[in-house]
Amino acid sequence: MKSTINRFKKIALLSMVSATLWSCEDKLAIEPLQSLSPEVALADEGGVQGALVGAYDGMQSAALYGGEIQVLNDLIANTEDIQFTGTFAGLSDAYNLQMVANNSFATGTWGAAYNTINRANTVLANLEKVTSSAANKARIEGEALFIRSSMFFELVRLFAKYPNDGDPAANLGVPLVLSPTTDASVDLTIARSTVKEVYDKVIADLTRAETLLPASQSNVKFANKWAAAAMLSRVHLMYGNFAQARDAANRVITSSGRTLATTFPALWFTQINSGGTSPGEYLFFMDVTNQDGVNQINTYFGRTIGTIPGTAGRSDCKIRAPHVAKYEPGDARNYFILSGGFNYTRKHLDRFGDVPVIRLAEMFLTRAEANFRLNTTIGATPLEDVNRIRNRSGLGNLATVDLNAILRERYLELAFEGHNIPEKRRLRQNFSSSVTWNDPRTVMPIPQREMDVNKKLVQNPGY
Amino acid sequence: MAKNIFYSFLAVFLFVNTAMAQVLTVSGKVTDENGIPVSSVTVIEKGKASSGVTTNEKGEFSISVARGSTLVLTGVGYDSKQVVVNSSTMAVALATSVKGLSEVVVTGFGGTQIKKDLTGNIARVKGKDIEYLPTPTVDQALQGKAAGVFVNSQSGKLGQAVTVRVRGNSSISANSQPLYVLDGVPITSNSQSGYGGAMNPLVDINPNDIESIEVLKDASAGAIFGARAANGVVLITTKRGKAGRTQVTLNVQTGYAEATRRIDMLNSEQYAELILEGAKYRDDLSGTPLNDPNSWTSYVKNDVMDYFSYGQWSQDPTKTYDWQDAVFQRAPYQQADLQIRGGTDRTKFFASFQHLDQTGTIVGNNLKRSTGRLSLDQKANDWLDIGMSLNLARTWQRRLPDDNAFSNPLQAIALMPMTPFTDPNTGLPAGTPPGDVNIPLYYNPLLTVNYGKFTQTVFRTFGNAYARAKIIPGLFLNTEFGIDYLSQNEEGYFQTQTIRNQTRASRGVGSNSAAFVTNINTNNYLSYTKAFGKHRIDATAGMQYQNSLAKNNFTEGLDFPSDAYQKIASAATKSGGSSSESEFTFVSYFARANYSLMDKYLFSASIRRDGSSRFGNAKPFGNFPALSAGWILSNERFMSGFNFLSFLKLRASWGLVGNAEIGNFPARTLIAGDAGYTGTPGLRPSQLGNADLGWETTEQIDVGIDFGLFKNRITGEIDYYKKDTRDLLLGVNIPATSGFGSVTRNLGQLTNEGFEFVLNTQNTVGAFKWSTSLNAARNINTVTNISGQIIEGGVSAMNRVVEGAAIGVFFTPEFAGVDPANGNALFYRNTTKADGTFDRTTTSNYAEAQRVVVGNPNPDWIWGFTNNFSYKGFDLSVFFNGVTGNQVNIYGMGRYSSASMLYEDNNTADQLRRWQKPGDVTDVPQVRLYRVNGSQASSRYIVNGDYIRLRTASLGYTFNSNWLRKAKIEKLRVYVQAFNLLTFTDYPYWDPEVNADSFDSNIAKGNDFYTPPQPRTILFGINLNF
Repeated sequence: MKSTINRFKKIALLSMVSATLWSCEDKLAIEPLQSLSPEVALADEGGVQGALVGAYDGMQSAALYGGEIQVLNDLIANTEDIQFTGTFAGLSDAYNLQMVANNSFATGTWGAAYNTINRANTVLANLEKVTSSAANKARIEGEALFIRSSMFFELVRLFAKYPNDGDPAANLGVPLVLSPTTDASVDLTIARSTVKEVYDKVIADLTRAETLLPASQSNVKFANKWAAAAMLSRVHLMYGNFAQARDAANRVITSSGRTLATTFPALWFTQINSGGTSPGEYLFFMDVTNQDGVNQINTYFGRTIGTIPGTAGRSDCKIRAPHVAKYEPGDARNYFILSGGFNYTRKHLDRFGDVPVIRLAEMFLTRAEANFRLNTTIGATPLEDVNRIRNRSGLGNLATVDLNAILRERYLELAFEGHNIPEKRRLRQNFSSSVTWNDPRTVMPIPQREMDVNKKLVQNPGY
Repeated sequence: MAKNIFYSFLAVFLFVNTAMAQVLTVSGKVTDENGIPVSSVTVIEKGKASSGVTTNEKGEFSISVARGSTLVLTGVGYDSKQVVVNSSTMAVALATSVKGLSEVVVTGFGGTQIKKDLTGNIARVKGKDIEYLPTPTVDQALQGKAAGVFVNSQSGKLGQAVTVRVRGNSSISANSQPLYVLDGVPITSNSQSGYGGAMNPLVDINPNDIESIEVLKDASAGAIFGARAANGVVLITTKRGKAGRTQVTLNVQTGYAEATRRIDMLNSEQYAELILEGAKYRDDLSGTPLNDPNSWTSYVKNDVMDYFSYGQWSQDPTKTYDWQDAVFQRAPYQQADLQIRGGTDRTKFFASFQHLDQTGTIVGNNLKRSTGRLSLDQKANDWLDIGMSLNLARTWQRRLPDDNAFSNPLQAIALMPMTPFTDPNTGLPAGTPPGDVNIPLYYNPLLTVNYGKFTQTVFRTFGNAYARAKIIPGLFLNTEFGIDYLSQNEEGYFQTQTIRNQTRASRGVGSNSAAFVTNINTNNYLSYTKAFGKHRIDATAGMQYQNSLAKNNFTEGLDFPSDAYQKIASAATKSGGSSSESEFTFVSYFARANYSLMDKYLFSASIRRDGSSRFGNAKPFGNFPALSAGWILSNERFMSGFNFLSFLKLRASWGLVGNAEIGNFPARTLIAGDAGYTGTPGLRPSQLGNADLGWETTEQIDVGIDFGLFKNRITGEIDYYKKDTRDLLLGVNIPATSGFGSVTRNLGQLTNEGFEFVLNTQNTVGAFKWSTSLNAARNINTVTNISGQIIEGGVSAMNRVVEGAAIGVFFTPEFAGVDPANGNALFYRNTTKADGTFDRTTTSNYAEAQRVVVGNPNPDWIWGFTNNFSYKGFDLSVFFNGVTGNQVNIYGMGRYSSASMLYEDNNTADQLRRWQKPGDVTDVPQVRLYRVNGSQASSRYIVNGDYIRLRTASLGYTFNSNWLRKAKIEKLRVYVQAFNLLTFTDYPYWDPEVNADSFDSNIAKGNDFYTPPQPRTILFGINLNF
């Protein structure tokens, strides 16, 4: 009897265990929670709008408009204005024109730019899901085109010859990737388009973006019509299309409603002095808060100044005395701080300061230059525009201007905001006695890892 | 458990026929050296193998034999003993076996085998061999103890991740650490920390709770763990109760540790000599007089050396500060262990407690651990055994930042030797506000030690319960449920003074984060053992289910009222916050059978079917079979002539094992929701999927010889193995123009091939005992196919995966020394010329030098060598281990400190032999201030990493028990123990046993980046037994 009971007990136990043995396979279906499948994430308009914001987030990354695009454009070959003492080998090599094909900043900026382009392409490929209104659909398309075009423009400037250097229709630009990547099993290699093809696409898309985008959007951490027009003006200027550059700049000046900041210092320290409010002069900027975003120009140009709380930086870019000496007495743009024996620009001391991408002053200077070159006075005379910029920084009026005076004003106004290479190149001004304006060493290498995985790419000369 | 059943069975079966002529009935009791009863000892009359009995739970036996005959007592794990019968009662003490061949080896899922019956390759390390070592983690304790198990502690930081490779590295992108299984539960062994280098979750295990560690090395042993066995399996079995008198062991040890080594750096005068030489070079180039106020020379004097010394250098150019003095410390060590063990034949228990308080040899590093453990085994009735164990641990660590952080204390070595530790203007450490925060040259890492803190507290629970039911004799149903719960809190606070490093700390920055990892496992299986005639069978079949759920959260705050408020509650700005969750499961079925014929022919087969949530829909399940066989030649009649040969076995195995350690959702195409833009939520495509993704498969063969000579006074093993790993889980680079960097594919192949040797000898026996144990292994790792992928890692991406070479070889231009004519650094071109010939000419143009394989971070040979001596009460143990044939990349620090003053860092003293004038023949290029001359990545910075280390040496004395018996003390041992006492190496920096935590990956090995050296620890201890 006892053994029978025991047997029953055993059978009961055995059955319980067997039940657990065979009921487990459904446990293999585990879903991720932080990242979702595209079918779920991009199901509706909310998802597409989210993807658009994600594209801004990409553009804001340190390697792009978070600051490294500007830093590279300022630093490469700029031994005239900057003494670079940083320890990042990728930057130090760029400064010393000793870049190699696996330069970490070339790799970083290239990868981040195309990552952002893929985010913008994801938006553009899902526009049909935006059904709430035609205006929303136009806005979302316009913003995505603005972001994608800006990235192609920056890529072609850093990684290819300028349009005035040889034949842009023959010179290699960068690959034009115009649709999102959703499948790893297809051929993902793509060749470089020509410089002209890239500029043509950028101009066409920015032109379309300007028509699509609303004029009224006032928070210019997102692109509005005037951000697109301003970027378009800049692109045209690089290509030497002075009339279009002038007209786009004029549209911004006359219609955007933005105004010059009353004083030059009011343009900076947006976090420390303005609690994160950006000045009305900014046409487009990358928003930085203490929770999101990074001011990477601050990282390399900034310095911790004990007496100014909120300042930070690696003290890598020391501004050389000859540059500081270029400002007239009383020029508010002589905006440097002497610390530890070296000058540092005050523009980028603010750890959480917003990063301006385009501000209105550039549009005045572009309009002035283009009007001067074309001998026109659309919007204003070149002299009026230049004096307006000078007056804001506490300088008196010039009586007359010539091209050099306009360019000099532009150089001083926009110093260390990422304009050094673009200006030197488009104006064919040599970097130094030994480095010509089109020295191939000042063009960044196509990243080695990219050359390795994409046999359709052709490397830039010298790498 | 199984071993007892098995042996009872064997004994009953073989010796069931009792002998005829009975003269005397002998009652006896068998104990071990400590008086603990030993059950399941076979007692037979010599020459009458057909008769015999086994001891019961109390160690008692009864046998009828003729007076004057000899009894042979054989117990698993003990030396056999012969006793002549001359009375009806006897007490026999068996000595614990040291010969190894009769050791019981744990094989997983309740299985055990006697070493001599093994057909697979399992290395066993006894808990006794690693007890009371000053290594907080058990993986470090394995170093040099098991053939073919490579252990590299990586750094002297406490509680950090350790590299363990069983028979080489068998993966490029997936984790290559072995699977750790603690009492049947695969435990969480990957880092959960968000700060510094990877931490080591094994730190929550008290190594002194460990009964044994088995490393399953070949496929035959490992295949029962299927998709997770390719990197080897480490089975950790903890101590349990034993029937007999309650034994209490108390061990207390205390001592101190110091860094094993310092680097010889320049003093202030030497530094000035070098940097001024570099400045003169620049001034001469431009024709500037040295005393010109705008000369480089003036600049270096005023704005470098004087500025960074608070003006003191021009006052006293000889004053030198060795910043290593500021960051290394003499570090106290304290540890107490209490173990209580006992039980009856029905109930057995083991309890232990430990407290460890260890200070790092680098300032700002501490580890405190408290553990408690209880295990119970209860014989519920004649067919049911139940039991449990519960392990609680609290580990508190003050952690250091990763090596590649300015706040890493060892980066202080980069500071100029004229920079004082203290700012003379404020009396505070250099760089502390309100003093000039831009002095020293770089951030003073001591500020983070003084004004910042990052602590980690882990509460860990390992719990286990089991039931084992006898269904019919020999057949058992086993069910086990286990949990590994890891609860971790990390808190950081960095005061305003750290602003130069923590750029957001203008009013303090604090963080608080938590990780909760709940890992649940159940094993349910049938086990069967039977012996009949010449046959012995044991078989196991069942299933395993594991679920691991990780939840993480994080908060960060800025702007604190004062540094006295350090909790986020007081932060005016909550600057960051996050929570996340991730989960994986494995559902597995397995079966294994071992068959022995005539104790000569051994066969084993196993199979496991593994499913995992990690893999693509197209490939959810994989099968992992293994086969092995052994032949005990020494049991063959034709071998009986070779008397010296006491044991000889040939064995061979084949099997498939897998690797599934690649994150939880690698097969999916994903859109991440983390792409918000300052307050507006956003999405981003984060991963390109691959529905066909499966596991890596490693096919391994192993052939081996186990031997024993001269009555097993010499035993050994020789193994050859070859592991072919295919379908590598590879992060395959794709064009970044796609918006993605890589996709995970099953692509590529690699092999590991090698030999292992184990030799254990008892050199002398008697009063003076001397035994030696040697293990050595040679592994050759070769990547055979990666389909042209470029896979790089490490410092300046110098580690690379190259087809035809080992994983992570150093791939960089080859340094060719210095041009005697002009002091230029030279490199070999190493290019192929147009005519096809190889160009070995040199160039000073770095860009013209082709990268080539110049070194290998994987050692050729690894070995361990232990000598144990005892004489009367004295015992001495000396353990060396070493590696040979590997290289280390010192470019991390070398590019700054051996860079011809490209930077203002202090230089290593060897830079004094720089080129100075035409005709100088040297390997250190001319100093050229802020100019690159030979400081590019090259073989100049790849150095040999061979070392021999006196890892442990301990000398003890055990007092004669007679003196202590009155105090009821059974045993009293006092000892002194030294850890890392001596290191023999040509390595130029701190420690050749290194790998910078900032870069660590499968590929990035052998990198030194201001990485702290191992501690040299001296301990005094006392061990009491009562």
